[in-house]
Amino acid sequence: MLSIPDIASFTWRSLSRHPLRSGLSLLGVAIGVAAVVLLTALGEGARRYVVDQFASIGSNLLVVVPGKVETSGAIPGIGGAPNDLTLADAEALGRRIASARLVAPMAAGTETVSHGGRSREVALIGTTASFLELRRLGMAQGRFLPEEEIGRGRAVAVLGRRVADELFPGRSPVGEVIRVGSWRFRVIGVLAPRGTQLGVDIDEVVLVPVVTAMRMLNRTSLFRVLISVAPGADLDTVAERVVELLTERHGEEDVTILTQDSVVGAVSGILNALNLAVAAIAGISLAVAGIGILNVMLVSVAERTGEVGLLKALGAGRRQILTVFLVESVLLSSAGGLAGLAAGYGAAELLTRLFPALPASPPLWAVAAAGILAVAVGGTFGLLPARRAASLDPVEALRRSG
Amino acid sequence: MIRLEEISRTYDLGGRPVHALVGVTEEVAAGEHVAIMGPSGSGKSTLLNVVGCLDRPTAGSYFLDGREVAGLSESELDEVRRHRIGFLFQSFHLVGRLTALENVEIPMLFAGVPRRERRRRAVAALAAVGLAERADHRPDQLSGGERQRAALARATVMAPTILLADEPTGNLDTASGRQVLDLLDRMNDEGLTLIVVTHDPNVARRADRLIVLGDGRIAKRLPASEIHSLDELFAPEDEPGGRIEGRRGD
Repeated sequence: MLSIPDIASFTWRSLSRHPLRSGLSLLGVAIGVAAVVLLTALGEGARRYVVDQFASIGSNLLVVVPGKVETSGAIPGIGGAPNDLTLADAEALGRRIASARLVAPMAAGTETVSHGGRSREVALIGTTASFLELRRLGMAQGRFLPEEEIGRGRAVAVLGRRVADELFPGRSPVGEVIRVGSWRFRVIGVLAPRGTQLGVDIDEVVLVPVVTAMRMLNRTSLFRVLISVAPGADLDTVAERVVELLTERHGEEDVTILTQDSVVGAVSGILNALNLAVAAIAGISLAVAGIGILNVMLVSVAERTGEVGLLKALGAGRRQILTVFLVESVLLSSAGGLAGLAAGYGAAELLTRLFPALPASPPLWAVAAAGILAVAVGGTFGLLPARRAASLDPVEALRRSG
Repeated sequence: MIRLEEISRTYDLGGRPVHALVGVTEEVAAGEHVAIMGPSGSGKSTLLNVVGCLDRPTAGSYFLDGREVAGLSESELDEVRRHRIGFLFQSFHLVGRLTALENVEIPMLFAGVPRRERRRRAVAALAAVGLAERADHRPDQLSGGERQRAALARATVMAPTILLADEPTGNLDTASGRQVLDLLDRMNDEGLTLIVVTHDPNVARRADRLIVLGDGRIAKRLPASEIHSLDELFAPEDEPGGRIEGRRGD
């Protein structure tokens, strides 16, 4: 019988009559909501950034890492791998697994590369011709590592874009000879700029044939074997075959298979949990804002005691008066919530403009939760003052303000 | 229409009982104009509040249109106040942030009258008290007399059968007070039952009859034509000491 728009317009006057007071308590809610929106936007941005990094693995890619992830918590690739992951293993994988379209062994380390008077530290990656297509890289100049027998270690190198620019400013390095560590290589090509992939800045690598790299780095085990699975083949089945084959070859199961899904899933899960925690902390500020609303509403009820008495004399029921004050506090907190959403989105947008690498956009669940929480804060903290108003004795209320 | 039987109202004031009304028996017929007088703390306002269903008697029976009020639920009492009874206060009790028109709309708001209908009836009610021109003014932009007339429009917009006025001219100068009283008289002529609490014999004289309260009891009943002076009404023997209920009175 008492329509909400009617109450809202009735109650709006009482809020707009005290712009500073209403504004300040509204500000509390606004800050809380903006904090939730902005912080989760940042968290979501970070999550997407990291996930994008891992997503560049490629959805059809299997990464074979020496060492088995055990429940004891050993980290694959570090420490006690019982058997080396060898070039022969990589060759066997290419030969015997039909669905493995491309296989690229990888050896990795850091080395000093120099030419003339210039030198710098680079990531040295030893691999084969398959690497180019497998990692979807492009050539800026020259050609990539040649297709040849895997055990053949020629002294040729492909440079990342920045390495090339720094060693050979203003000219093409193709055909030049560089030193990597104590070895001499002929540069045969330069990669197209690519940026960071899986934590490795492709622009800052030097690629050499895998055997050469293993010899230089004095390694017996490969760092990784990358396998690109033929379209249409089931990734899990292929992964099982890979494990079977390597178990057969090594006599025990001592490798770990990473896929984009497993890595992205794990990382994304961790970051989501972090984001949830951040949102919860920001949400606490909303509860604090609720106390501000409680305070303002108590003052408002105290000031309007006479009005409540009058409304009762005019035939307003207990529930109607309760509704009037509840609507008022919900209106207050909702306005704060809207302002907070606007501020949060604005700040997130600004951040995205300033740091385009970080796609800071608040996740929908956080926005919805913050919005609902803002309204709920008004309803919850408005309840006590509203009940106080509703239960006022009309005679007493009229007399006190008379 | 209004029948009070042995009505008592006792307050508890810091553990001490205060008898605001003691065994009041009275009847008011439909269309009557009754004035209530008495010294401060004699129970005038309490009596008005009981009749207006704002306060419940602690003893006795109050029949409104033959129905015993004590048997009504809270929401039924809200209904009664909404549709049967109008209140007029000494201090007007207009809501300061609302215009005169919006103030008049309040009772209809809580009665669920649709917006358009509300506006139409509020405009008519303001016109009836001669305030059509001032509809969009807020109370602080109105004179005292205009405020009380706006309050009167609000009290009568739901077309109640009973109007209860507590010192309606107490805060007004003589001229604006007379304007308000003239309006009340006219509404009474049109059938509105009028009960006016007042200190002012000039106000009381307009009534059909007068009830004088003293210490929560009906001290005197007399026809309005016999009201001459306050001194005569409040002879010393009518107001013995112990006016503790004065704290609750007007």
